[in-house]
Amino acid sequence: MTKAMTGAKMVVQALIDQGVDVVFGYPGGAVLPIYDEIFQQNSIKHVLVRHEQGAVHAAEGYARATGKPGVALVTSGPGATNAVTGLTDALMDSIPIVVLTGQVPTFMIGSDAFQECDTVGITRPCTKHNWLVKETDKLAPTLHEAFHIATSGRPGPVVIDIPKDVQFATGKYTEARQVETHYNPQVKGDMEMITELAKAMETAKRPIFYTGGGVINSGPAASQLLRELVAATGFPITSTLMGLGCYPASGENWVGMLGMHGLYEANMAMHDCDLMINIGARFDDRITGRLDAFSPHSKKAHIDIDASSINKVIKVDIPILGDVAHVLEDLLNVWKSRGRKTDKENVTKWWHQINEWKKVDCLAFKQEGKVIKPQYALSRLEELTKKHDRYICTEVGQHQMWAAQYLGFEDPNRWMTSGGLGTMGYGFPASIGVQMGHPDALVINVAGEASWLMNMQEMGTAMQYGLPVKQFILNNERLGMVRQWQELLHGERYSSSWSESLPDFVKLAEAFGAKGIQCQDPDSLDDAIMEMITYDGPVIFDCLVEKHENCFPMIPSGKAHNEMLLGADADTANAIQAGGAVLV
Amino acid sequence: MSPLKIKKGATSHSAYNLRPTFSDKEERHTLAILVENEPGVLARVIGLFSGRGYNIDSLTVAEVDHLGHRSRITIVTTGTPQIITQIKAQLGRIVDVHTVNDLTVEGPSVERELALFKVQGTGDHRIEAIRLADIFRANVVDSTLESFVFEITGTSEKIDAFAELMQPLGLQEIARTGVAALSRGATA
Repeated sequence: MTKAMTGAKMVVQALIDQGVDVVFGYPGGAVLPIYDEIFQQNSIKHVLVRHEQGAVHAAEGYARATGKPGVALVTSGPGATNAVTGLTDALMDSIPIVVLTGQVPTFMIGSDAFQECDTVGITRPCTKHNWLVKETDKLAPTLHEAFHIATSGRPGPVVIDIPKDVQFATGKYTEARQVETHYNPQVKGDMEMITELAKAMETAKRPIFYTGGGVINSGPAASQLLRELVAATGFPITSTLMGLGCYPASGENWVGMLGMHGLYEANMAMHDCDLMINIGARFDDRITGRLDAFSPHSKKAHIDIDASSINKVIKVDIPILGDVAHVLEDLLNVWKSRGRKTDKENVTKWWHQINEWKKVDCLAFKQEGKVIKPQYALSRLEELTKKHDRYICTEVGQHQMWAAQYLGFEDPNRWMTSGGLGTMGYGFPASIGVQMGHPDALVINVAGEASWLMNMQEMGTAMQYGLPVKQFILNNERLGMVRQWQELLHGERYSSSWSESLPDFVKLAEAFGAKGIQCQDPDSLDDAIMEMITYDGPVIFDCLVEKHENCFPMIPSGKAHNEMLLGADADTANAIQAGGAVLV
Repeated sequence: MSPLKIKKGATSHSAYNLRPTFSDKEERHTLAILVENEPGVLARVIGLFSGRGYNIDSLTVAEVDHLGHRSRITIVTTGTPQIITQIKAQLGRIVDVHTVNDLTVEGPSVERELALFKVQGTGDHRIEAIRLADIFRANVVDSTLESFVFEITGTSEKIDAFAELMQPLGLQEIARTGVAALSRGATA
């Protein structure tokens, strides 16, 4: 059955058919017909952001927190170019979003028309796929295929560029079920390889699960199966920044996050293990440190849906191409049917070793005096909010790493952070997207003052839609991570890493009609946080913290996992040698 | 390391023949890529090579199946075995790419390239040029009293050798198509 309708109506119809309930966007000349259709319906809620970058990050936040694809709608030219950062962010972190861009009419393409840009050309390297739709008849199938491609296989962002004349013209609407696609990535893993992994698990003396964002992207079933597998085998489990929440932080086999600012015990265990089971992670350079010294004595298994992630930087012994949930299900079945065997004696010894490393207590800090330590602020935030239905976003920098270290995540989809691209300005708009997906939840954006200012215009959005997002700003009046690197690497020459001329955040909040809270006294921090939580509306929380605190533990650039710097007393002077200084 | 055991044809988006070790030795591979004949598909493939720093030694592209909407891209590239494997896996990620075949490792194949040579000269040089062209089975497709345009088909090595011989005989210009290649045998 096909219905005739205008291209603009098709866009709205396709979104409805795909189950979209919210679109983040900003109107402009080239998308006016679509906005006109949005005006005339009630199925889809449109959230007017204050900048297109905010629309894309909000769509990302929505996607991560709900597991459904996020949708953004922007105009041609500057609308599209402003979306590029968000698209790249979503590509790096494998977030399914569908971004619709307006385009000048087909007959004007290539003429340097007003607000024209080569959107598909610009976004080709920062999307999973993109389309310029030149015929109205092709619009509906393209929209349906876009959702399929964004959400299947390794998820990612897609762009559909729609010229204005295509939006006005009438064509036939194609239903989703009528659309054929050749894009059907393999989800089942190879049984031979899965059996090989099960065998390796039976004999491993020092095994570890190294999990990543792929577990979360695979859906709640993957996290459930992972928990079952960990409980059944008794093996320790660590996770990347992107994978936090796939295994509960309170779980007894949890050894904490690994990587550059990961926990000592997690990195030591990765270095000394004899079987590394990588589930949905990609051996990112923040994880591996020096490649030739990365876990030198281990057999490595890697479960990933993207063949290009396997053997990209680290050679693996047991590669398994497939979707995490499918592979874990088969792995559990095979391992169980072979008798549920593990080398209990040696694994127990391995746990003794890990528990020794844990005694180093690498996250210890002393809250002394009258200045709030950022670690203390996050510890208190954790204590006072962990019982809530809570979602955490972050910006990028020291506060992000501290949040990952000091907050505990019990479930997937509760932690939204820009991992791959490291986009300052991500967290605030993302928190708006999360709150749209979970209107009654407590949504907190842990921020640094510098990152937060990058997309502060979204206060207008939060106010307009009554979204009670809590902006928890650890204000050290510094670009903290930049400052830390300048201290360690550039002779303490703090070039442009001071946040000067900062606004009064309380007055700023009030100017938008929101609530502002400032806290600089450790003794009143708890009360201030409680005030933030209980206030029904957006809050900017200006938490003045120790200005020169460094983020530890840290694997310096160019070093191996077992060469971590542990803290304030560490010998940081010669930590990074010439070779490491060129790395970021 | 065991190779990634993906059955050929299991999906249109798989990488084949993941190599056993990471070696530093550079190899030359000919890749045959069947793609959806969509606008921008060549840009996606080329953008992948430039964006990730891979080499393109030669590239040819043309529609090969009008009804099936398929184009064939043949790329000759050099890289370490690990890079070659990455290239194939990265190509496989492109939504418009149907299949990636590494003709260099997937059994015997034939490779041909076509080239046009403009050679200017009179007297002995002219006679020598036409004599060598005959040896190389090159055809004359244009002629003036003081020049020839030769058409030659063969492997890239044969064309390189012909170019070297024509150089002292008044070689003016060369146009090469790049490599076209197919696997030997009865089936695709």
